[in-house]
Amino acid sequence: MKSLFEDLRTEEQRALAETVRRFVSAELRPYLAVSPPDEFPRRLFSRLCAMGLGGIPFPAEYGGGGADYATYALVLEELAVAGGALAGTLSVHGLPQLILSRYGTEEQRRRYLPRLASGELLGAFALTEPETGSDAAAIATRAAADGDGFLISGNKAWITHSTVADLFVVFARTGEREISAFLVEKTAPGLTPLPPERKMGLRRSPTGGLSLAGVRVPAGALVGRPGDGLGIALAALDSGRITIGALAVGLCRGALDAALGYVRTRKAFGRPLEKNDVVRARLAEMAARTEAAAALVREAARLRDSDRPFSAAAAAAKLVATDTALFVTAEAVQLCGATGVSEEFPAIHLFNDAKIAQIVEGANDVQRMVLARALLS
Amino acid sequence: MNHIVCIAYVPDTETKIRIAAGGVSIDEADVKWIVSPYDEYALEGALQMKEAKGGTVTALTFGPARADTGLRECLARGADDAIRIASEGLGEVDSLGVARLLAGAIKALPHDVVWMGNKGVGTDAQVLVPMLAELLDLPHVNLVTKLEWKDGAVLAYREIEGAREIVEMPLPGVIGATKGLNEPRYASLKGIMAAKKKAIAVKTPADAGVDPVTVAGEAAHVRWTKLELPPARQAVKLVPGDDPAKAATELLRLLRDEAKVL
Repeated sequence: MKSLFEDLRTEEQRALAETVRRFVSAELRPYLAVSPPDEFPRRLFSRLCAMGLGGIPFPAEYGGGGADYATYALVLEELAVAGGALAGTLSVHGLPQLILSRYGTEEQRRRYLPRLASGELLGAFALTEPETGSDAAAIATRAAADGDGFLISGNKAWITHSTVADLFVVFARTGEREISAFLVEKTAPGLTPLPPERKMGLRRSPTGGLSLAGVRVPAGALVGRPGDGLGIALAALDSGRITIGALAVGLCRGALDAALGYVRTRKAFGRPLEKNDVVRARLAEMAARTEAAAALVREAARLRDSDRPFSAAAAAAKLVATDTALFVTAEAVQLCGATGVSEEFPAIHLFNDAKIAQIVEGANDVQRMVLARALLS
Repeated sequence: MNHIVCIAYVPDTETKIRIAAGGVSIDEADVKWIVSPYDEYALEGALQMKEAKGGTVTALTFGPARADTGLRECLARGADDAIRIASEGLGEVDSLGVARLLAGAIKALPHDVVWMGNKGVGTDAQVLVPMLAELLDLPHVNLVTKLEWKDGAVLAYREIEGAREIVEMPLPGVIGATKGLNEPRYASLKGIMAAKKKAIAVKTPADAGVDPVTVAGEAAHVRWTKLELPPARQAVKLVPGDDPAKAATELLRLLRDEAKVL
């Protein structure tokens, strides 16, 4: 379903949305229909990068798109209509780019940003650990000074792109009360991805643990100053929340499309489901809530684009959009009846992805904490 | 080389077509418009040639203001310029009229290769390529699926019944592209942003050297008299296949006695 507010988009945004829709129908959907359900779509990721979508909101002088977050969010929303995995990939791939753009040295930017934007390198963000998720300050991985570099040791968990990424931003403790961020290439000796987790959704995006057994990185791998790590991680997550909100809105639209397609063809009690008032009321509710979530995500992106503090707004957008996605996708499953729970049909996949979206990029209770802190400060 | 690509901005092939009151045109409400897919092959061919050998690509159309969106898409994919001959107020113009308007505009531009799809998916008349070539006094080759460029000429491959025909055409000339010639690119983010800054030149029929009264309305040689939708498709009949031999016999019987195609 197109947005009720499609007409408020600029001509360029409409053209870009149309281009992404074409990609989704000509390439993404046919791929999803025939490929193994846990295969990472690297070729499609490369195709998106060739369209200039590998680094949409990052500086053009380093190969990025030089566009705003509203445009980035729009692309993720359109991609997620067919499921969250590829949109999730663009979202996570954006985190190392954001970190390098904002905190990287000139040399780090020149070395990595163009290759990330072009898709030559796939990025990942390694913060979560087996014992710490939302409580990022409690990580145990350590980076000890070692000659002119660092030696990183520890374990990461639930890292998106764990087995397929080329460049990781790894967060590690450099002192008792000090967390720092490091660039670690996948070829670094001692870095071993563990077998990916078996998840209910986003299955095409491999997510799993990383073992860091004395991974040696040069001094030039440190991003920002020692101790900047927690701030860097939280800033990246703030922006990332807008992208997960956009992904969730795409899941809503995909679910609504699936439900609309079903009720138009299915008959019950002698007439098409679409003539049933209960069904119509549910569809209206799904559409209204989708638009409300979409509007909130758009406004959060606009706030970020205006260079104002947006942390609380991004938390609200992520919270509302992903909760809405779980509601709307569950309604789609319900409306489609037995078909709704069939793996041959999109509704259940969108539902599974929506559940995960409530948990990633800061579980929704963390969004509530962020918002409450802003309210009560 | 200078390439001119003629495009038609037509209803999306997935649009549900409804016939408008009056019965001679389609209801344009809720229609989604696209660059005709066959013209996309033409544009891609021109862009690839420009990238290989240099030159310019100009997208040209005849149509109402909404066609500017199609031209903008051509610019986003890499065309350098775009021209629209405005159709507003003209009424019905037949294929020959469109060919005269396009030819008039093309004559005023430097052109080595004139491209278009072998047909537009709008009216599917499939006559513009030869008409345009005739009016421009240029050779043409139509239904092209592969091209090899030579000095001052092009080798064009055409799929014909049971064989492949290879035609050498001197340039300048007109190429009618069809499916198989290439894989049209998507507009890139940078292309879409850059297209914003490019202007679309809107011209009148008079600018193209054509007096509107000689192509429109009563002057059109071909006019729509009636449009009707195809009959609704019947439900699929499945022949049970437990016993393949029996199923084949039953299928033959149905084809002979019911469908009457044997």
